[in-house]
Amino acid sequence: MARVVVNVPADAKRGEVIEIRTLAGHVMESGFRRTERGVLIPRDIITRFVCTYNGVEIFSAELYPAMAANPLISFTTVATESGALEFKWTGDNGYAVTESAKISVA
Amino acid sequence: MTTRREFLVASLSSMAAGNAIAQLPPNIAALRQAALEEAIRKVVGDAQVRPGKVKLDLPPLIDNGNTVPLSVTVDSPMTEADHVKAIHLFTEKNPQPFVMSAHLGPRAGRARLSTRARIADTGKVIAIAQLSDGSYWSDTVSVVVTLSACLEDGLI
Repeated sequence: MARVVVNVPADAKRGEVIEIRTLAGHVMESGFRRTERGVLIPRDIITRFVCTYNGVEIFSAELYPAMAANPLISFTTVATESGALEFKWTGDNGYAVTESAKISVA
Repeated sequence: MTTRREFLVASLSSMAAGNAIAQLPPNIAALRQAALEEAIRKVVGDAQVRPGKVKLDLPPLIDNGNTVPLSVTVDSPMTEADHVKAIHLFTEKNPQPFVMSAHLGPRAGRARLSTRARIADTGKVIAIAQLSDGSYWSDTVSVVVTLSACLEDGLI
């Protein structure tokens, strides 16, 4: 089953810029490769990633076959308030995974 | 009666025509370039893309094109009035020029993004940032790829 890892600092000062690193375990089959018999391997990738902070979308991305396998996305946000960050990956063949992380802001 | 001069002119011009036909089969480099330009147009529209403000960081020599770490930093204060709305990444030689489109806003605090891409062949990698005032800025890096991301055929 799908595995994802997110790395969010557990606590931060108010107004501090924190770095969030996310990694989703996924082959990201590009749809351009062939098997040894010459049959095209169908595309199977994650197409969209969204991150929300207490329900407000702070980052999103569209991914294409040129993303490496196990897509790593690292971005920043301002720690505004304590709460939860929600991460959601969706993709081909009904792929959908969510993950959340807590942050306490002093 | 055909003079020697007429014969030479006629035979040279027919050779030239033959060469033109021989070159007609698809020029992959030109097709790729067209695909890249079309992809950029799709994102940017009619706006002008200026070089500057954006810093695309990736190794100039890539051993393995399957996983290429890259990061994009945009010089922006990231305030409500002046921030980066989106960062788009493109490659020149992949069968599809798009790599990733990221949408961010003033809450990002810093305009910085890092990820890992697949790069099929030696060529250019382009990052384009869309600012909140509607302007587009870009950075282009030329890379050399020794082991390309898995592509046996169908380049373009």
